[in-house]
Amino acid sequence: MATITDPPAEGFRLSQLIYDTRYRSMTIQVVAFILIMAGLIWLVNNAVQNLAALGKDFDFGFLGNRAGYDINQRLIEYTNNSTHGRAAIVGILNTLLVAVLGCITATILGVIAGVLRLSKNWIVGRLMTVYVEGFRNVPLLLWIIVIFAVMTEGMPQPRDFRGDEPEATMSVFGSVAVTNRGIYIPNVLFTRSLGGNEMSEAADGVPAAVIPAASFGDWALFLAVLIAGVLGSGAIGRWAKAKQEATGVRPPGVFWMRAASILVPAIIVLIALGATLDYPELTGFNFSGGIHLRNALIALWFALSLYTGAFIAEIVRAGIMSVSKGQTEASSALGMRASWTMNLVILPQALRVIIPPLISQFLNLTKNSSLALAVGYMDVRSTLGGITINQTGRELEGMLLLGVFYLATSLIISAVMNVYNNSVKLKER
Amino acid sequence: MSEIHSETALQTAYVRTEMLAEQAPPVTVSGPIKWVRENLFSSIPNAVMTIVSVYFIYVVLAAILPWMLNGIWDAGSLAECREIRDARGGSGEHGHDVACWAVLVDRWDQLMFGFYPSELYWRPILAFTLFLAAILPVLYDNLPRKLLILTAAMPFICFWLLWGGSIWAPTLVALGFVLGWAVMKFAGPTVGAMTGTILAIVLPIFYWLFALGPLLDVFNSVAPIGIQAVASREFGGFLLAFVIGASGIILSMPLGVILALGRQSDLFIINKFSVIFIEVIRGVPLIVWLFTAQLLLGYFLPPGSNFDLMVRVIIMVTLFSAAYIAEVIRGGLAALPRGQYEGADSLGLNYWQSMQLIILPQALKISIPGIVSSFIGLFKDTVLVVFIGLFDPIGFSNAIRADTDWNGIYWELFIFIGLCFFICCFGMSRYSQWLERKLATDHR
Repeated sequence: MATITDPPAEGFRLSQLIYDTRYRSMTIQVVAFILIMAGLIWLVNNAVQNLAALGKDFDFGFLGNRAGYDINQRLIEYTNNSTHGRAAIVGILNTLLVAVLGCITATILGVIAGVLRLSKNWIVGRLMTVYVEGFRNVPLLLWIIVIFAVMTEGMPQPRDFRGDEPEATMSVFGSVAVTNRGIYIPNVLFTRSLGGNEMSEAADGVPAAVIPAASFGDWALFLAVLIAGVLGSGAIGRWAKAKQEATGVRPPGVFWMRAASILVPAIIVLIALGATLDYPELTGFNFSGGIHLRNALIALWFALSLYTGAFIAEIVRAGIMSVSKGQTEASSALGMRASWTMNLVILPQALRVIIPPLISQFLNLTKNSSLALAVGYMDVRSTLGGITINQTGRELEGMLLLGVFYLATSLIISAVMNVYNNSVKLKER
Repeated sequence: MSEIHSETALQTAYVRTEMLAEQAPPVTVSGPIKWVRENLFSSIPNAVMTIVSVYFIYVVLAAILPWMLNGIWDAGSLAECREIRDARGGSGEHGHDVACWAVLVDRWDQLMFGFYPSELYWRPILAFTLFLAAILPVLYDNLPRKLLILTAAMPFICFWLLWGGSIWAPTLVALGFVLGWAVMKFAGPTVGAMTGTILAIVLPIFYWLFALGPLLDVFNSVAPIGIQAVASREFGGFLLAFVIGASGIILSMPLGVILALGRQSDLFIINKFSVIFIEVIRGVPLIVWLFTAQLLLGYFLPPGSNFDLMVRVIIMVTLFSAAYIAEVIRGGLAALPRGQYEGADSLGLNYWQSMQLIILPQALKISIPGIVSSFIGLFKDTVLVVFIGLFDPIGFSNAIRADTDWNGIYWELFIFIGLCFFICCFGMSRYSQWLERKLATDHR
């Protein structure tokens, strides 16, 4: 009978800190912690000394001071008498605007290009390959500058629109003017606005913000009704599905009911508020009225969409190819038609592969919007991280706030998308 | 048997006794016509798409090709270009404009080398050739392994060739690595592996911190061997893009591996620091990091110290790229089956041995496409340095346009720069696809 004896009891020796795996990990962590902390303290200490030498302090009070510079594109009211803090918010809104617009168009472009690249049509497939490889392998900055140059150099001047036989005409039934100063599109104005005064032209001749403060209430009401309509449409869809599962028969006209639940209330609200379109018109040397989409916004938006769209196209293609052919064949064998096969079998499985990399493309697009600098688009980096820093000399505080903004945006987008990702991912046991 | 056969042959006169020669299939089900029918006109929507695509290609090519092919290569300024074009009669009321490629000829040196002294152009060219020769053994593993010594020496030689100055600085820095390797190799067996590793890390650091300066002075005073020094601000054009891109790629790879291992590590503190580092770096755009390098780095260094803007940019680009590469490699590490980790443990390998021999070779193989696309991203991002006042190709395209000779020239420069980037990036992605196929060990 072999008896198991305890290992001989030994006292703790210092060399065990390195040679004994029980203690080694602890040793490594403590050493790493001390080294990293020492490094951080060294950096902070240097910063404190340098700030003291320059006679600066660390203070965010500058955000409340008068900014004194103009911002050419503003979604909310802002004048050069506003504070640096408000300038930063205007910049943040501009960043978010181009990011949201870009994400939407990039997704549409990417899905179309990705699906077409898999098309059986040889020439369409090759054309999409050229698009994807061309945009993926050339720096985004170059595309932004190229599109900006196309807009400023290649488009007609406003004066070309003048006269009985103008060199250029407004497109889309005379409502959109594409000029070398930007694109003018119709604006929606409310004649029976909740906010009282409807036309918002600031007193001193400064053009108004895109969304004047007076019509915030109108847009909020419209959005609320629209969201309620979408929720109602979802409820109808669930009701129809429950009914189908219970009885085997899908109630007729579900599609029309869902469309009506979104559109009808929204249209009623628009009519009630007296929404009219304000068309751009040529007055003097330039267009007035409508919304002026500046070249900077157009260049940034299109370039971001086309560039990110090329990446999304590859993601979509990989996602669709990841669904095995047997799935298509099985659904055909069950007698499903092509559209059902796509909607009920292929897409739900492909989406699981597509969503995670799609999230990181949205994040990339948001971060890449900081290239706005190249074309003078007034995003948060240009207001808070540019002019404000130059005027106040608060590099440390300004860059810190800028970094925190981008970090927070990234974390929020990825958190929201991860929640969605968890809801669609394969439920494994 | 044969009789029966001959009998039946007599009775049924129409049975064929010899094989017919093979006939070509009908034209509509083979060859190019079949291909066209299947691939271009298989259905009405398909046919419409084909026609629209062909028309689109025609419109684009009809606009671009004559402009490009008739381009003028020999002129001193844009005005001269336009005179030549008008003399040719190319530009009427509806005539086509032509490209003025002469700007590339005229400003070739600037686009390639920036303000690098023109009598020293052989140095960047030699460095680039050396760089190509040195990465070949890394890219193709059927070349002799001895060439890797050249690869190890390449960064120091290239540094010396590009920046010039005393030969002793890069040599003595390189000696630190040799010292570490020698300690590992010769002292390791006598004092034990663990102590050997620690010594191999600590000794070179002390050498660089304390011995390097005095040694450098001694060598420089005894034997001042050197070539003409070139300051960083004289770098520009594609030389700048290549230097930043190549340094970033070489430095970010090991850092990325370490960060990925840190993020997968069981050690709590190391894990958390890696996570924070990676997420903070990835959450903020590179351009903000570059401005940080330009505006803020001075605050965090000892008062009075100041170092080269280009070095700061390389540090930032490296850290940024390393965070992305770390995430790619983490994906590769996570994709390995647990059995591989357990198998390595059961063989009695320690952490570094199992990583080096079992885990990393497999994880890196899985991550190749992602790593290469990070490299491509890094190389493309080198153009962002234009915002902090360095003259990369795009910076030069602006500078060239600011000159009265070439004021108003856009497309020629954009096309050239875009084409150069396309060739490099597309080449990298093709190489990664080739490598992926070569390393594929699963039998399909």
